[in-house]
Amino acid sequence: MPEIETTAAVPSAPADPPQQVEREFTIKAMTQRQLVFRRFFRHRGAMTALVVLGAAVLLAFSSIGVAGIPGWWDASYAEAGQVVSGGPTLDVLPSPIDGDGLQVGAHPFGQDDVGRDYFALTMRGMQRSLLIALLVGLTATVIGVVIGSLAGFFRGKIDAILMRVTDVILTIPLLLTAAVVGRTSDGGAVSLALLLGLIVWTSLARLVRGEFLSLREKEFVEAARALGASSTRIIFRHIVPNTLGTIIVNATLTIASAILLETALSFLGFGVQNPDTSLGKLISDYQTAFQTRPWLFWWPGLFIVLIALTINFIGDGLRDAFDPKQTRVRA
Amino acid sequence: MPVFVLRRLVVSVFILLVSSFLIFFLVANSGDPLGDLRTDTSPNREQKIEHRIEKLHLDQPVPQRYMTWLGGVSKCAVPGLGCDLGQSVRDQDVSVLLSQALSATLQLVTAAIVLSIILGVTVGVVSSLRQYSGFDYTITFTAFLFFSLPVFWVAVLLKQYLAIEANDWYDDPKIGLTSTVVLSLLSGLFWGAILGGKRARRWIVRGTAAVLTAGLLQYLSAVEWFQRPALGPALIALLSFGTAVGLTALLAGLHRRNVLYGCLTTAAVGSVVQFPALNWIEDSTWASWTNVGLLALGAIAVAAVIGYFFGGLDRGPAIRACVLTALFTGAFMVTDILLRTVPSYSQKVNGRILATTGAETPDLNGTFWQNQLDQITHLILPTLAIMLISFATYSRYSRATMLDVMNQDYVRTARAKGLTERTVVVRHAFRNALIPLTTLAAVDLGVIVGGAVITEKVFARRGMGSLFVTALDQVDPNPVMGFYIVTAVSIVVFNMLADIAYAYLDPRIRLS
Repeated sequence: MPEIETTAAVPSAPADPPQQVEREFTIKAMTQRQLVFRRFFRHRGAMTALVVLGAAVLLAFSSIGVAGIPGWWDASYAEAGQVVSGGPTLDVLPSPIDGDGLQVGAHPFGQDDVGRDYFALTMRGMQRSLLIALLVGLTATVIGVVIGSLAGFFRGKIDAILMRVTDVILTIPLLLTAAVVGRTSDGGAVSLALLLGLIVWTSLARLVRGEFLSLREKEFVEAARALGASSTRIIFRHIVPNTLGTIIVNATLTIASAILLETALSFLGFGVQNPDTSLGKLISDYQTAFQTRPWLFWWPGLFIVLIALTINFIGDGLRDAFDPKQTRVRA
Repeated sequence: MPVFVLRRLVVSVFILLVSSFLIFFLVANSGDPLGDLRTDTSPNREQKIEHRIEKLHLDQPVPQRYMTWLGGVSKCAVPGLGCDLGQSVRDQDVSVLLSQALSATLQLVTAAIVLSIILGVTVGVVSSLRQYSGFDYTITFTAFLFFSLPVFWVAVLLKQYLAIEANDWYDDPKIGLTSTVVLSLLSGLFWGAILGGKRARRWIVRGTAAVLTAGLLQYLSAVEWFQRPALGPALIALLSFGTAVGLTALLAGLHRRNVLYGCLTTAAVGSVVQFPALNWIEDSTWASWTNVGLLALGAIAVAAVIGYFFGGLDRGPAIRACVLTALFTGAFMVTDILLRTVPSYSQKVNGRILATTGAETPDLNGTFWQNQLDQITHLILPTLAIMLISFATYSRYSRATMLDVMNQDYVRTARAKGLTERTVVVRHAFRNALIPLTTLAAVDLGVIVGGAVITEKVFARRGMGSLFVTALDQVDPNPVMGFYIVTAVSIVVFNMLADIAYAYLDPRIRLS
């Protein structure tokens, strides 16, 4: 590796005129944040995933509208109607290969057994599933970071107590809590999401604690303390920014797994309850209709896979971007 | 070390106490355990309610009920007192229910977990050695895809498409032209990606693999192999010799002639012994797991002796390679027998050989090997469903650790002193990459005892997961608590084993 002088911008001596260094390339100083962004934007898989996910989110919220604002799709997800043929009218295959060319039709994803438009229903499910995933990610991240940083920063008794609490939570089967809460609450998407968030923060708390334990011994923390900074300031201004990589990556992966978790819970009957809906609930509702109306099973499943897959790829890209050991930009 | 174990155990007992009380409290509030009886219309309804209240101590407050339960459970810790985990609402002993469910779960998950560890680690290591190649990208994408699949969605799809399609195909098992072309192209791409090398070499590999696959498929289809599948003595011998060479290359390097000769001798002995051995184990009066196990032990002993005498200076690797060769040869023989059982088994189940529900065909009344085959055909689909995610985890994890290790200074040193690539990869890198993998596997083993709830439900198998969910559904406290105690203890124990194993394998870690 050729020696590259990175300090070229600093004038060597005040008396000398600034030397012109002969170079074939210029060196631009970059902040850590710029480096992370550049690595992330050059990660092809993550960028593709970001675009696809963005398109899916846009489709879900613009088509049927959200919070009273109407979308561009006329059919409602709640209204039953006349079952036309039932099957999906969406077609992209040209006529030589078993199709009618590109057309959307009245019911692109077909209709369910009472004639509801399945496209609108799937979009509604996607909105709710995205909401659940985001809420779970948010709740779990906030709790995990707070508990992990308190335990790691203060050590001693606080650490011991918080970590034993974490251990206790880890041993309680998720299904049990979901079943208990499902029977006592309204079974809406929001309460389910908050509940899941209250349970799945444990791994992040352990990770953050580990980072805090090593970072709190670093010189820059000691310097901050010598300058009289309070514990709050040290935690939030000095240590948390250094653990941001771990936190963001973990939050992303939590969101991806929350979508799958919600699906599993819905299948077992402990997830979202009527009248609320979600992608997982749609699949489990229509699994018995599989023989006669397979599309009712296909579409929500495909969207679950799409969302989880793109978020996983974004998480992978973020992990690479935050990894300080990562020097090689992916081809 | 003993201090570490003792401290961990004491802390764990306290955690279990706290969490078991919490769970007991949650279960007690999860619904009405008398719910089904309240709508009961039989004349002795009052008696039934009375009976259940007495059995589940529903007249006591929750903390007192918990103490009663705890009293029963603590007897399990002392041998001789007899375990009392209470009874279910249907008057079954929870300990009996648990032991049945546990054995069903172990039967279900063992194969899946072993296969996904072996496959996942192999694929992960290969893709780390071919980092940023087409193979690596394909595996990465596949792993992410598997991570993102909802298990029950896949399980239902497997059931609806794979099983039914495969069974329909088996009515008239012939491989058509289109399938041959597609499969050959896939196989060409696969081998080209794995073997790697320069562009010309890659195309040669791809072409050869594709042509060989196409020829093989057409040949098998033409001689009606799928109707009467078998390996046959010649193929067993060939596979056995191939394994001998492969294992030597992997474990010792082909230049160690004594190891190679030892393994080849073992393979030769195996190829001869297969004739009487196959006759014995095929005989349904003789066949049983004890006898097959004895045969395997005998094979190990013979192979070890061969390795000992041939080994010379490389005695250790020689014995290992010979024993593995012998075991693989035995596995080929068992495969052969199972394959030859397929036609008679297929007749018994009306040609629907890939089963979709349950753990065995009811009233099969088959021979020993038919029963084994029956269990295997019931395991294929759920095993696939479970494997998807574990495979993804292990391949990603082993790729990451392997990359980490391959960039270490000591690997560069090993290369610099002129060691062969095999020694560097297998001896220096892979062994160290195995350390974190051991931890992952140990933790995983602790978790799988809890069963695969969704897979069990989709494929109607009665394991731990289904026991737990059914009990939750019926508001049946004792089985839920029994499930909890078994899974929690196994998680605690296996986590501790993981830490101990880590410290044992990596001397830099000290337990304190």
